[in-house]
Amino acid sequence: MAAVVLRLYLSGQTTRSEQALANVRRLLSQPNAVACDLEVIDILSRPEVAEEENLLATPTLIKVAPPPMRRVIGDLSDMQAVSDALGLGQGEM
Amino acid sequence: MSSREILRSIGKMATGIPGFDEIANGGLPENRTTLVAGTAGSAKTLFACQFLATGITAFDQPGVFVTFEEAPEDIRVNMASFGWDIPAWEAAGKWIFVDASPQLSDHNVAVVGRYDLAGLLTRVEYAIDKIDARRLALDSLGAVFSRFQDETLIRGELFRIASALKRRSVTTVMTAERNGEYGSIARYGVEEFVTDNVVILRNALEEEKRRRTIEILKFRGAYHQKGEYPLTIQPEYGVTVIPLSAIQLKQRSSNVRISCGVDEINRMCGGGFFRDSVILVSGATGTGKTLIVTHFLAGGASEGERSMVFAFEESREQLFRNASGWGIDFAKMEADGVLEVVCLYPEVMGLEDHLVRMRAAIERFRPNRVAIDSLSALERVATPRGFREFVISLTSFIKHQEIAGLFTATTPTLLGGTSVTEAHISTITDSIILLRYVEMDGQMRRGITVLKMRGSMHDKNIREFNIDASGMHVAEPFYNINGILAGNPMYGPGVARLTTG
Repeated sequence: MAAVVLRLYLSGQTTRSEQALANVRRLLSQPNAVACDLEVIDILSRPEVAEEENLLATPTLIKVAPPPMRRVIGDLSDMQAVSDALGLGQGEM
Repeated sequence: MSSREILRSIGKMATGIPGFDEIANGGLPENRTTLVAGTAGSAKTLFACQFLATGITAFDQPGVFVTFEEAPEDIRVNMASFGWDIPAWEAAGKWIFVDASPQLSDHNVAVVGRYDLAGLLTRVEYAIDKIDARRLALDSLGAVFSRFQDETLIRGELFRIASALKRRSVTTVMTAERNGEYGSIARYGVEEFVTDNVVILRNALEEEKRRRTIEILKFRGAYHQKGEYPLTIQPEYGVTVIPLSAIQLKQRSSNVRISCGVDEINRMCGGGFFRDSVILVSGATGTGKTLIVTHFLAGGASEGERSMVFAFEESREQLFRNASGWGIDFAKMEADGVLEVVCLYPEVMGLEDHLVRMRAAIERFRPNRVAIDSLSALERVATPRGFREFVISLTSFIKHQEIAGLFTATTPTLLGGTSVTEAHISTITDSIILLRYVEMDGQMRRGITVLKMRGSMHDKNIREFNIDASGMHVAEPFYNINGILAGNPMYGPGVARLTTG
């Protein structure tokens, strides 16, 4: 069971959504990547989740576990920046 | 479809905000977005809240409040003082908050790459669908810009949200900050994406007094009144707009005469005051203005009418003592429910606030007669323009209710002269009665004349009057004396014949 849980919130099947999803998958498939559970949620079909999570911007990537909770918004185009923001860097396992 | 038909097809949604619908010719453009812009402290949030609150209380239309600035809990508490029970409305499915206010966890948010505000739009639409909302408020857009750094991106996103809302049958109020009272409409150029309808709230300093106003800058394709209108904020009522020139001069004119309480003055006026007229009594201090007011109130009571007096110069005790000195029992009249005496210091609040309170008192007590003693005292707390607006508004209000109004004005000089009050309002009143000191043979006597009596013949004489334990007694005209009103009476050629007593 993976220790790190990520949730990616997207709004519909837009280019930006697809880019964000592809970028996260690319990050997680790196040879030195930490094992992660990734859940992808489309808020257009589940708007109540957007309300619960207090979302304003999409795409939003949230690291649910382990604490502290971290959020990254945007298409996640810079892999290193995403990794740093989530605290998933090397040696932080 | 011709352009004329398109114009007609834009409906108005009555807001229920007192006075606003009159200057908006019916209300806000229905199913459109209106930008409400103002400087800090200009009551933007209150306006937005009241738009939703009156929607619920007056029209049973549910509303969604999107807050970018204050936490929902703060808004619930702040608005409770206006008597709006937001938690109860939330429980009843009439009000939903979309909380987009800054969160503690915000510092844990990083931005990597491009994003949009689809999350916000999704939440807003979800909330609208949930309670079938007809009204939406977003407060305030400036806070969105300070949260997200990319101004161009945010402007584009807000435009997208505004367009998405156009497709729904929901009427929207968006608030935005301004840097100054006059100048560009709003910060961050937000007016560019909600250009159709703009309302501006102002809170300007004028002669050391705060003066709140509201102006409808534009309603695209719909009519509205132009210019700034005074606005007040009262704990019990929230925002009230004072429509002034939007007030229509369509009062019914009554031919019914009422007694002013003194038979001789009734005769001088051609049979009494008109049922729905406004009479101004002007005179120096001590000439008998309060006496005429007292007779006016007692006259009402003797005809079985209810009267209300707003006294700004004397205390209750003084008024009651004066009246009993003239043989009139105010205490009994109050006990009988035909009189209400309201004493206030003019300085306790602004003139707009006085107006709102007086109107509320009149609506509650439903008098047939209203007296104000004196208007000049109120003039101290306002700018000339504000004072004039106050008198127009009050006059119009009491005429609509078919109430007879008696206002007094104090002249600054003992002999002759006119008051500033008179100069401001003489054209608004239907009748003017002058009281003057007349210095003759080493004595101060008093004179009364009816200067103007709209729609009726009246006595043109200047008559002498006396005051005793049963009040006012008007006697014969001053004969062969000139210059009384100018303040320097002179015997004319021929023999002076003065009747006394």
